[in-house]
Amino acid sequence: MDKIPILRMGPFLLVTIQVDLYDRLALDLESDLIQMVNKTNAAGVLIDISAVSIVDSFMGRILGNIASMSKIMDAETVVVGMQPAVAITLIELGLPLKGVHTALNVEKGMEWLKARTNDIESVNDEDDLIVD
Amino acid sequence: MILSLTKDIIPITREQDVVLLRNRVKEFAVKIKMGLVNQTKLITAASELVRNMMKYGGGGKVILEIVTKGRENGVRIQFTDEGPGIADINLAMKDGYSSGKSLGLGLPGAKRLVNDFNISSTLGQGTSVTILKWANG
Repeated sequence: MDKIPILRMGPFLLVTIQVDLYDRLALDLESDLIQMVNKTNAAGVLIDISAVSIVDSFMGRILGNIASMSKIMDAETVVVGMQPAVAITLIELGLPLKGVHTALNVEKGMEWLKARTNDIESVNDEDDLIVD
Repeated sequence: MILSLTKDIIPITREQDVVLLRNRVKEFAVKIKMGLVNQTKLITAASELVRNMMKYGGGGKVILEIVTKGRENGVRIQFTDEGPGIADINLAMKDGYSSGKSLGLGLPGAKRLVNDFNISSTLGQGTSVTILKWANG
């Protein structure tokens, strides 16, 4: 079964979506991510969608859900790398992704997360590890 | 008059078929040299409609066509299901209305993304939605 890997980097979780998402996969990602936030005490979540060629209303809702769920779990979420055509389509579709913080690329997204969580000390100081 | 050039029929039964459909729509759009933004709009609209078909109609079939009118080329997609049908189409086309738990953007959103949008539904028999996007539309 397909699964989207979640990487841990210090106090943050990184997700790079490289495949075409269907609904089940997106829902699994949502629940996996929230579990991981809880398990690792993550302070932030970065979702890279630069390889995603379409975001429809369902996927948009999942992104919004992840952001609000993380928020109440005390973690910030940033979505990075949206393609221009995807942004144009989302607005015309009527989905402005309110409540989801976005950044142009991974670097800017990381900077934002770091600034946002600056005063929070890294809870876990273990080495970076990969978990699925 | 709109003429049909290439035609393909894709049955939709499983959720993974959605990915397959998106890829086929993309191939058709690339074939007529549709720009990236229009491609993205068309594929997104198709994605919304095929989800509706899965969710409310329990699957169905999709007819993909490359059509031409004068010097314009476009992609026309027809989604047909044999589900319960839509009781009030005007209501279903309203932004934010959903009989399920979704955002209610599917139908009205898809309509905004394409050049031509037609919907017909008969209670107890099913729903058919046809969209058309011109390469330069």
